[in-house]
Parts: sequence; C-alpha cells; structure tokens
Amino acid sequence: MSLDRVARERLVRALAGSVIEHADELTSLDQAIGDGDHGLNMKRGFEAVLATLPGLADKSLPEMLKAIGMTLVMKVGGASGPLVGTFFMELGKALPEQPSRADLVAATEKAIEAVKARGRSEAGQKTLLDVLVPVHAVLASGGDGKAVAAEAVQAADRTTPMQAIRGRASFLGERSIGHMDPGSRSASLLIGAAVETLEFEVNT
Amino acid sequence: MSSLRPGNVGIVIVSHSPKIAEGAADMVRQMVGDAVPLAWTGGDVDGGLGTNVAGILEAIETAWSPAGVAILVDLGGAETNSEMAVEMLPEDRRARVLVCNAPVVEGAVIAATESSGGSPLAAVKRSAEEFYA
Repeated sequence: MSLDRVARERLVRALAGSVIEHADELTSLDQAIGDGDHGLNMKRGFEAVLATLPGLADKSLPEMLKAIGMTLVMKVGGASGPLVGTFFMELGKALPEQPSRADLVAATEKAIEAVKARGRSEAGQKTLLDVLVPVHAVLASGGDGKAVAAEAVQAADRTTPMQAIRGRASFLGERSIGHMDPGSRSASLLIGAAVETLEFEVNT
Repeated sequence: MSSLRPGNVGIVIVSHSPKIAEGAADMVRQMVGDAVPLAWTGGDVDGGLGTNVAGILEAIETAWSPAGVAILVDLGGAETNSEMAVEMLPEDRRARVLVCNAPVVEGAVIAATESSGGSPLAAVKRSAEEFYA
C-alpha cells in the first residue's frame, strides 16, 4: 500500500470529517452514560488536526500518523485524547512508509496493545477496545475492506448491552447497559472512514 | 502559582474544573504553608471542563523539585492525561513524577503535609493514598 500526498490528505479529511459530522450523535451517546463531552472533544481534536493541513500531508505516512496522534493528545481534553492519540502515535511508530497488509496487521496490534496499557483495560469493558480488538481480528484473518468496515459497525452495536467496567460510564454500573459506548462509536466511524478512503485508493 | 523550595516534593493538582484545582491549592497553601512547590491546572484547551496535557506539563514544570512531583487528580480523564504528560517528560524526570490514587482535595493536603516534613516521593504518595486504604 502506498499513499501519495493527495491520498494522505484525503485520508486525513475523511477521518476528521467522520468524527466532526457525527459530533452531535457522539455527544448524545455520551450524555446517556458519560459526561456528554465526547463529541465536542473529538471534534475539537480533529479540527486541530485539519488545521495542520496541508503541511500534515507532506509528511510520510508514519510521521503523519504520529503527528495526528500528538495533536489529539494535546487537544481533545478528555480521556479519549490520550487513548485515540496513543493509537495513532503507536501506529505511526510501527508502520513502514509503504506498508504491506502484514505490516498493517502487526502495527495495529501494537497500537491496540498501547491503548490497552494506556487505559489499563481489555476488550469486554465497554470501551473503544471492543471495536479495535474484533476489527483487528477480521483484518488479521484476511477480511477485505468491506468485512472490516462491517465488523466496526457491528462491534460498536455489540457494546450496547455491555456493562461498563472502565471509564466514566463504569460509575453507572448496570445503568450503563442499553446504551452504545461513545468511544466505540467514534472508533467505528474512524475505521469506516479509513477503509472507505483506502478502498478508493486501491480501486483507482 | 508556585513557590520553589528545592528539596521538598512538589505537588500538582489536576481537576476537570479550574475552580476546584485552584481551590484545592488554596487549601494546601493555607493549611500547609509555602514549604512545598505547588501548582494547579484544570479545564480543557478551550477553557471548558476537562483536562489537558499541555496544562499538566506546565504545572509539573512549575512545581518541579529534584525530590520529584506527586500529582493529585480527580476523575478518569485527569488521570489518563496526567499519565500521558508524565510519559512526555524528559527521561531523567519521568521516574520522579507519580500520579496518586487519592481524592484530589484531601490527597493534596495530606501529600503536601507529608512533603513539607521532607519525606521522599514514595512516602508522600503513600500518605495521600492511605485515604482510600
């Protein structure tokens, strides 16, 4: 996989757009079981990322991902800043400039491990890991873009009946059951946007 | 928001609310005096409720002491952002900054009291955390 400058900028705009366009939805999910700032926080972070274009897309793919991660860490404000930011930073550290599929599988695994360490969490606790981990499994077992994107949507849906063990929603105990995890939803949106852009690159 | 007394462990207070962080710092100053380096930070980068890594890094710098810095946090994001900030410190400082698992107001006062007596970082952290024990 090789992304030229135009493709890198398209990827950044797609990632940011997916979160910014759904900011109100993310906020209302977070109002149900969190503190209601997830949409606003993620929007602020990705607007800050957009503000670093066009220079951001001049960087190589790994450097660009690291820079996105650092901007999210510094600007998002909630716990999701360090969590999502760490994912991007570690992905950038682990990916070569022209990654193969195997490189992508290995790098996302490393990035997921870093998110687990940062949040001291595992899948099953109603966090973004409940999207990242199953989506990675589909990717690792050879699933195509469509399968990856579908799993991202379904995995976010599967957080609805879960009880939160980590994060603010865990204060609610059983009352966190019945609402989709906002962090899972934003992770799913980002994965959907990434897949769509990368498919576009592969098919054109 | 600081007074530097090298030798005593520095205290950093991190709250989602700048008012809580500042108020807790006021309590520390009144109850413990100015024998400990102290700094507070709160709010997201737009000034709303939340925490931000840059603000935490600045507070660590302000309260820096060769004896180290103990950070007191309120809710989840404050803890995650503080841990992120610690990792972004220069390597020689990283091991000398600890995030305490303690209530932010009581923990800050107790940690500062322990620090003002010249206790090392581990003892300062332990005292603050005894609140949850």
